[in-house]
Amino acid sequence: MGSLEVRGLTRAPWWRDLDLALEEGEIAVLRGPSGSGKTLLLRALADLDPVDAGEVTLDGRSREATPPPVWRRAVRYAQQGAPCLPGTVEDNVAAIATLLNVSHTPAPGLDPRADASRLSGGEAQRLALHRALLGTPQVLLLDEITAALDRDAAAEAEARVQAFARGGGSVLWVSHDAALAQRLGAREVSL
Amino acid sequence: MIAIVPLTLTDLGLAALLVLANAVVDLSLRLGLGRRLLLAAVRAAVQLALLGWVLGLVFETEGPGVVLLVTLVMATVAGIEAVRRGSRRVPGIFAASVGVMLVSSFAVTSYGLLVVLDIPGPWYTPQYAVPLLGMVLGNALNGISLGLDAALEGFDEDRARVELLLAHGATRRQAAAPILRRAARRGMIPILNAMIAVGVISVPGMMTGQLLAGADPGTAARYQLFILFAIAGGVALGTIGVVLAAERLVFDDRDRLRTDRIRRVDP
Repeated sequence: MGSLEVRGLTRAPWWRDLDLALEEGEIAVLRGPSGSGKTLLLRALADLDPVDAGEVTLDGRSREATPPPVWRRAVRYAQQGAPCLPGTVEDNVAAIATLLNVSHTPAPGLDPRADASRLSGGEAQRLALHRALLGTPQVLLLDEITAALDRDAAAEAEARVQAFARGGGSVLWVSHDAALAQRLGAREVSL
Repeated sequence: MIAIVPLTLTDLGLAALLVLANAVVDLSLRLGLGRRLLLAAVRAAVQLALLGWVLGLVFETEGPGVVLLVTLVMATVAGIEAVRRGSRRVPGIFAASVGVMLVSSFAVTSYGLLVVLDIPGPWYTPQYAVPLLGMVLGNALNGISLGLDAALEGFDEDRARVELLLAHGATRRQAAAPILRRAARRGMIPILNAMIAVGVISVPGMMTGQLLAGADPGTAARYQLFILFAIAGGVALGTIGVVLAAERLVFDDRDRLRTDRIRRVDP
């Protein structure tokens, strides 16, 4: 599970003929200057933004041949800014769990009764990672998911992502943290 | 009870003096609305004079073709106006709005004419069909315009939440549902409020017209209720139709929310 392949992906003027392969269990850190299209690439891989050309496959299956909800459940994108749904932390987890038809587990380190609209940036990111891991995603596309976390919380989040990769999932992680790839023993990809 | 008292042009001139009250307020408070006020009054006079003239012709012909033509023209103008009132547009929305306006007003008016009213003559008799259609359209226009604006505003401003749901495997409908519900509610609330207030706070326009024309108050009240129900039906159908059309237009064939298609305009 979790082998993602990108061939000739083009979205002018950001990137042209982009090739990228993520093996099962691999974590790659995507780096590049602001405005180079890192977020756009994650969005395109999650099929939330169109591309001009190119092909994306998951375990050999083409994205175009997969219904969008099925693709996005497998290729899971955690948005930059970690937006929340209305209601409490528990409501947020329950809404996504219901959508995925899985039982919901409480988000670690967060008060389930807390109002999601009042979470700090770091808390919202923990919630976002927890939501992204619900169900059985095969690929995680993480967009600055630990940018607002303190060192301990970031380490905990990194451990969760590493555990996901050990289970066979692959990860493409956009981050400005220069040491992230080294800490995770991950490949670095530049845009 | 006396029959309707005819209004001469002199009478209308005297009525126009009442608009002077607006001019006095405008001048004393320097609202700068003078030109608009004059334009609005002249437009109203010209439009109603034309309506009276056109209706006279339509009532004389009595053919279904003329009624159909009037329906098409009125629904098209209402559909375009419903979009023009909003602050956002998306390609294809004018056609969708006109289509929704046509279907909803035609469905409700036909039901009223065929099922509710027992007209001594063909069901499309212009004397009944045209005013009923006009009332339904005028009010559906309000609901459709409010619902459409709320839907496009919701998709534009709540994009992150919609995409949060999409990114976790929601279908287009599941992700859009909160916005669709909010928009439909916004479109329907004015008619619900009108139904609650009618007869207590206001004597509605149609009932006023019938009373002035010498109708029995009981009959006038029953007609007003019939019209209110027809309007409520038209507003509900129209609002839901246009909100669903907006949803279809802002998502592409891969269920991606395409806010790049939404254009903001000054209403």
